[in-house]
Amino acid sequence: MLSIMPNIEDKTRPRISGLSRGARILRGLSLVIPATVLALMFLTAIFADLAWIGLPDVGLSPYHPNDQVLKERRLPPAFIEGGSTEHLLGTDNLGRDVLSRVIHGARVSLSVSLLVIFITATIGTILGITAGYLGGRIEGFIMRVVDVALSFPGLILALLLATIIGPGYMTVVIALSALGWAGYARLTRGESLRIRQSDFVAQARVNGASTSRIMLRHIFPNVLNSLIVIMTLAVGMMILAESMLSYLGIGISAPTASWGSMVADGRNDLDRAWWISTFPGIAIGAVVMSGNFLGDWIRDKMDPRLRQL
Amino acid sequence: MTDVILEARDLKKYYPVTKGLLQRTIGWVRAVDGISFTIERGKTLSLVGESGAGKTTVAKAVLLLEKLTSGSILFEGKDIYRFSKSQLKMEYRPRVQSVQQNPWSSMNPRMRVRDIIAEPLVVNTKRTKEEIRSRVLEILDQVGLAPNQVDYYPHEFSGGQRQRIAVARALALNPDLIVLDEPVSALDVSIRAQIMNLLKDLQDQYNLSYLVIAHNLATVRFMSHTVAIMYLGEIVEFGEAEELFTRPLHPYTRALISASMLTLPEDEDKGVEKIILSGEMPSPLNPPPGCRFHTRCVEATDKCSKDVPEVREIGQQRVKCHLYADPSVRSAVSKGPDAGPAGK
Repeated sequence: MLSIMPNIEDKTRPRISGLSRGARILRGLSLVIPATVLALMFLTAIFADLAWIGLPDVGLSPYHPNDQVLKERRLPPAFIEGGSTEHLLGTDNLGRDVLSRVIHGARVSLSVSLLVIFITATIGTILGITAGYLGGRIEGFIMRVVDVALSFPGLILALLLATIIGPGYMTVVIALSALGWAGYARLTRGESLRIRQSDFVAQARVNGASTSRIMLRHIFPNVLNSLIVIMTLAVGMMILAESMLSYLGIGISAPTASWGSMVADGRNDLDRAWWISTFPGIAIGAVVMSGNFLGDWIRDKMDPRLRQL
Repeated sequence: MTDVILEARDLKKYYPVTKGLLQRTIGWVRAVDGISFTIERGKTLSLVGESGAGKTTVAKAVLLLEKLTSGSILFEGKDIYRFSKSQLKMEYRPRVQSVQQNPWSSMNPRMRVRDIIAEPLVVNTKRTKEEIRSRVLEILDQVGLAPNQVDYYPHEFSGGQRQRIAVARALALNPDLIVLDEPVSALDVSIRAQIMNLLKDLQDQYNLSYLVIAHNLATVRFMSHTVAIMYLGEIVEFGEAEELFTRPLHPYTRALISASMLTLPEDEDKGVEKIILSGEMPSPLNPPPGCRFHTRCVEATDKCSKDVPEVREIGQQRVKCHLYADPSVRSAVSKGPDAGPAGK
């Protein structure tokens, strides 16, 4: 067959994926760039200092993030007039090195958002699939709880928690998780309702598959697509939520750096020292966008039907 | 002598129709209304009818996907609705499998062919991974797929190939009965014969029984040993396939056969006319009194709209129609080979 139509074979080869050359390069970049950005962010967070293997003085961060030099307040970054290479991204209103704080802030911001997403997605998916597949009273009960959780003002709950257990890292995680699962539950329940009707689930029941097997092997893999999209979008939302709580004094308390609290701290100096809140803001933006792009890519890759596109 | 594998007795499935805030039941949709049939081991029974006749409900009841309102289904003489959960798992589920109509939706798009075919084995047996692996390859070969295709996903196959995978999955446990719900109607005409031949070969090889749900008469004639024609939740005619197709008795059966045949120019010359049914099937919520078919029947009389016809045996066939109430008609029909308009 090849010898009959050699020309056609040759012409089709470069376009076998169905995309033009430019589109494929773009597609490749949409994986490489966000993956690199995220990898760098995580490495930065891990190697900000090596205190966790007993070397507090070695690390990426040039200074200790909380060291104040009041004489050197609001020094501009190195690349504009008046800046020096001593402080590459300048200093804040207390003379702390912005670069060091951005590097250390990555730890708090990334770990809070990942932890919260992991907790909420797990709880929400289990409840959502259970409600969607089993239906009946169980569904009614779970979904009423979801309604309550979605209508409850999250900020008030966070304030309440802060009063009871005091502000701190775990308070932020608990406050964001306590209501955050409801969105996942609603999403996965809707998807499960749809998938429950499909012929392959009926077939699994004919085969005698147990309820838990159907939920795990048939419903969950088909919910995963939408779940991943929502989870990657949540990375940005969680970083923002963490910064909001920190700004209100409920979350990560001063002087510990998190991107959100740095943006908040710098807002009074925006007219004379824009760099204080701009650089952590850029970090937030970069992580959020990379998360979204990577999420799209993972979704396409995981869906066998889209794999060849 | 006759080895009955499945017997259905007076199956009824009514769906409640509710209205208002309090969900009062204002009526019942009689999807299936008193159906009985038997399937012999190694034989095929087809249920034929228009959409809405209730044939899929019967299939779902046999597969226990739908609870019956009343009636019983006996599998090798045992009532499947009386099985305990463990009995079902041991004695019924593994021995009754199904192939569904739509090969594009009957497989989990996230599973590889290997896992799709293995699922009944994993769920119902305690075989090791190695045993399952070799069994999957064995069946794959039987349905005519290559062993290197086990790691593909269902979307990478054509419709015919997918239906082969569905057949392979149904065969995995060596079942006794397979429910085939419109097994070829979603496929291209050119592929249908392949799948039907495959099913027939497998039947001969393993002495399988089939319950076929279909509306395509060519499919039915080719595949079945016995045929039941359904109309509005009832069986109106039942008989051996060849007999029923060469000598259809019920006006509805005649209309179906006539409508499904090609009219050749010479037929038109001879004045062979097609029976075209007018209108649609009445709502099963409000079935017509008397014979349910009288609203569309070309031979309907006053009697048909008043009295419910009884089931009468004519030769090997059973028919539910007033036309055959008169004994002289009955004997004339059973002697004359050319009674039906579609007779060959």
